[in-house]
Amino acid sequence: MLQVDGLQVVQGDFALSADFKIKAGQRVAVIGPSGAGKSTLLGAIGGYIPIVTGRVVVDGRDITNAAPDKRSIAMLFQDGNLFPHLTLAQNVGLGLRPALRLTADERQQVAHALGRVGLGDLGARKPGDVSGGQQSRAALARVLVQDRPLLLLDEPFAALGPALRAEMLDLTSEVARHTGATVLMITHAPEDAERAADQVLFVDGGQVDAPRAVADIMANPPEALRTYLGR
Amino acid sequence: MAQRIGAISGPTAAGTVVALILAALVAVLSRADWPVVFGPADWAVLRFTVWQATLSALFSVAFAIPVARALARRRFAGRGLLVTLLGAPFILPVIVAVLGLLAVFGRAGWVSQGLGWLGLPPLSIYGLTGVVLAHVFFNMPLATRLILQGWQTIPAEQFRLVGQLGLPPAVVFRTLEWPVLRQVVPGALALVFVICLTSFAVALTLGGGPRATTLELAIYQAFRFDFDLGRAAILSLVQLAVAGGAAVIALWVLPPIVLQTGRDRQVQRWDARGLWPLDTMWIGLAAGFLLLPLGAVVVSGLIGLGQMPASVWSSTWTSAWVATLSAALLIALALSIAAWLAQARWGGAEALTLLGLAASPLMIGTGWFILIYPWAAPVRFALPVTALVNAMIALPFAVRILLPAMRQVFVDYGRLSASLGLHGLALWRIVLLPRIRPQLGFAAGLGAALSVGDLGVVTLFADPEVATLPLQMYRLMGSYQTNAASGAALILLGLALGMFWLCDAWGRRHVAG
Amino acid sequence: MKYLMTTAAMLSASVAWAETSVLKVYTYDSFVSDWGPGPAVEAAFEETCSCDLQLIGAGDGAALLARIKLEGARSEADVVLGLDTNLTAAAKETELFAPHSVAAEFTLPVEWSDDTFAPFDWGYFAFVHNADMDAPANFRELADSDLKIAIQDPRSSTPGLGLLMWVKAAYGDDAPAMWSDLSDNVLTVTKGWSESYGLFLEGEADMVLSYTTSPAYHLIAEEDAGKAAAAFDEGHYMQVEVAGKLANSDQPELADAFLAFMVSDAFQSIIPTTNWMYPAVTPAEGLPEGFDTLITPAKALLLSPEDAAAARDGALAEWRNALAQ
Repeated sequence: MLQVDGLQVVQGDFALSADFKIKAGQRVAVIGPSGAGKSTLLGAIGGYIPIVTGRVVVDGRDITNAAPDKRSIAMLFQDGNLFPHLTLAQNVGLGLRPALRLTADERQQVAHALGRVGLGDLGARKPGDVSGGQQSRAALARVLVQDRPLLLLDEPFAALGPALRAEMLDLTSEVARHTGATVLMITHAPEDAERAADQVLFVDGGQVDAPRAVADIMANPPEALRTYLGR
Repeated sequence: MAQRIGAISGPTAAGTVVALILAALVAVLSRADWPVVFGPADWAVLRFTVWQATLSALFSVAFAIPVARALARRRFAGRGLLVTLLGAPFILPVIVAVLGLLAVFGRAGWVSQGLGWLGLPPLSIYGLTGVVLAHVFFNMPLATRLILQGWQTIPAEQFRLVGQLGLPPAVVFRTLEWPVLRQVVPGALALVFVICLTSFAVALTLGGGPRATTLELAIYQAFRFDFDLGRAAILSLVQLAVAGGAAVIALWVLPPIVLQTGRDRQVQRWDARGLWPLDTMWIGLAAGFLLLPLGAVVVSGLIGLGQMPASVWSSTWTSAWVATLSAALLIALALSIAAWLAQARWGGAEALTLLGLAASPLMIGTGWFILIYPWAAPVRFALPVTALVNAMIALPFAVRILLPAMRQVFVDYGRLSASLGLHGLALWRIVLLPRIRPQLGFAAGLGAALSVGDLGVVTLFADPEVATLPLQMYRLMGSYQTNAASGAALILLGLALGMFWLCDAWGRRHVAG
Repeated sequence: MKYLMTTAAMLSASVAWAETSVLKVYTYDSFVSDWGPGPAVEAAFEETCSCDLQLIGAGDGAALLARIKLEGARSEADVVLGLDTNLTAAAKETELFAPHSVAAEFTLPVEWSDDTFAPFDWGYFAFVHNADMDAPANFRELADSDLKIAIQDPRSSTPGLGLLMWVKAAYGDDAPAMWSDLSDNVLTVTKGWSESYGLFLEGEADMVLSYTTSPAYHLIAEEDAGKAAAAFDEGHYMQVEVAGKLANSDQPELADAFLAFMVSDAFQSIIPTTNWMYPAVTPAEGLPEGFDTLITPAKALLLSPEDAAAARDGALAEWRNALAQ
């Protein structure tokens, strides 16, 4: 469960405020125009942007001031999700142990995760030697082994083609279902939200609306969302 | 917020460097006789010192820019070798390089001979011309490498975009190359300025007389002939102040550093296809300017190789050992400081690293001699102290080299590392060191090579049994053994380049793969 | 029992003396190099003393004095070898040196009466040139010629200081005028002798400030008669290289023994073909073949240590002003 209480974030002359609750296991699409504050919201929850006031609670634990790796969160960024000098297996292994000294059991876990995302025999390759889709799969394999209650996606699949993106969203859903994680994903495409999300958080001008069910909000979008969607 | 990497070791390393210099200064001052007069002759010395260093820095960097640009745009067979050889002048002992330069540009040199065939008078480079020429010879390659490294931080994607849009070179220069240049050039200028500030034998040998007196010569005189420690300390302080001033100005004009992310790929340049004659000219000019004197050193060295005594080989071993120790110390200091600065908003501490370069080696050596002497025989510390002083001299270079790469790593992978809980040693081992490996290899190579070529403080602590290679070479020259000395100079060149190449190749293996 | 212990202590003490007595001699670098006198001197002296002679190179002559001043009364050095008369006044001022007990028939062109420092070799400063060149016969001719000379800086080199004294001794108050006439002949000024001589050998300079004995090196060691020293009719300034015993030496007898050895044939016969200077006491077998080809100046110039010390700063300022025009 993710609970955001009276959150205030200030970056230069941009301010964001948010106050919402999301039930465990929900997949939430964060939608809104460019510059609305979507990335700021995820950055603040993820621990990369200082929070001025308010609280962030994950599964009943207050993580407002915790370090990024101590927040029970797994996060994928727009780019740079894999270290190019490490193999895919090593990149996934980092999700288990930052020092990369894995036990036999943990190595088994990595291999299993790679298998689950369809990279069973590519563990020894480096990111530069595989396709963009395979890189995304490797990043998702790491999310799988990280096994955190909250997963934040800052458009990690934006660079992929529609078919591949859809595939990755499905894979993300599968991974989230497997780990039971709550998912917050930024997206620009309403069809992505319809495909892979249960709820939508609409962000506009530094304001975060209360989450609504996807079918509901798409059928009956508020004025600002309708402008954004161009409907 | 978790403890930042280098937050403790960085300031500690920088503090150690400052403390080592200040302790030496205080030790020298403690033995000084007062008062000390800074007379009109000293002001003339200061003016000349600053003037020649300014000119040397300007010409070195001005020459380096087109050469670096040509090297950045061209891929050709032997490019890697050329880039390595470009590092050679910088590490040569002064007298070897000067003799090499004179073989080309001297009154009896190749150029003068050519002019003679045309019925023209010989070249005379003695005076400010010669001083600046030699300083450009020593420092232009360094400036070239620094600028080249800067341009290599431009992501390959941006050059793809350039190729796709068919942007002309002038636009590429304005939009991509100039912003990087603005970041790199002030640092390069300051660095060359400070190096030339402490020049002594070059300025004297080619300067043509007492007009070309630098502060370092005045310090030398104060220590050696007058044994006026107060005067030596004051002159050292003035030298430090001028260098410090240069460093502050350089950092002040340094614009805020903004870096973009890019992936690891070979950079291919689509923007300069039509300009190959220009680039070829610059590369040819630089190669000729640098390699001909080196060639002269090699030729005379080959002749002398057979006449070298066995002691040259044991000195080679000593120098290799000192250089290894020095490079290790250098890397430890530079990594700590660079990691600290890479995350700091204020980069001013980088100026501190220039102090190691600006401090007179004779002052540091004498100071530490005074400090060590009451407790132990300084001779026993000859090699460690030499290694440490050499590391301090190389420190500003190493930090300059490592810092941009480190900043880039934090920009690219800072959030990912934080989200995965990579801290401390794991962050060093898994992310930082592999990502900055090319720069690490380059810095270590430079440190080792500089240490091999440095005569430095070892003379002060001289040990009868162990001599470094440059000291051995000077001893040979002082015994009329000019040929053997040339042979030793060639060995020295080989050792310095060899150690540099080993480190640099280790670093670049990763990029190629 | 007590008697036994004392004997044992005495025995072990004398054994220790025989085995470990070490004589430390600070000298200049080129003295200890493989081609310098060092190795032969060490071997010859150790044969006679059953001790360990350590020759420690400490830069050039000026650096040697700075080193002793730096170490002061606690210096480990027993003997300092390689100062010249331009430095001995300053060396005496330190009061670190003890009188020597050397008595020898010095074959110097000048009278020797210093009781602190004993000479071990000497030479005349001279401008060395290629033998096929018409050399000037004095400073005046040199100044009027187009010849280029490489000299050493008096602030960093002992021969450089020697040249300063040479011109001072020969021209006195007219020295500044001579220097300004010479200034267009000075190709360059180097930090030390090695750099200047290197420039000369590379053909950069027509003449180089060195010693009348330099051509002997080329003749004897390289069988090259192509170098000569120009004889100047004003006379040639001398460099007399000396050694002295430190007052705080822990091996005073051994130091005396070394100084006595220094003026003996065993040491002196090593000097000409290793240090390329004249021995302070001509050995019984005379000078090596080849030394007879060297010029012998008609007049030897040498300021006393006190006069040299007194003249130095003024002469230096004159030199700087004349050459800085």
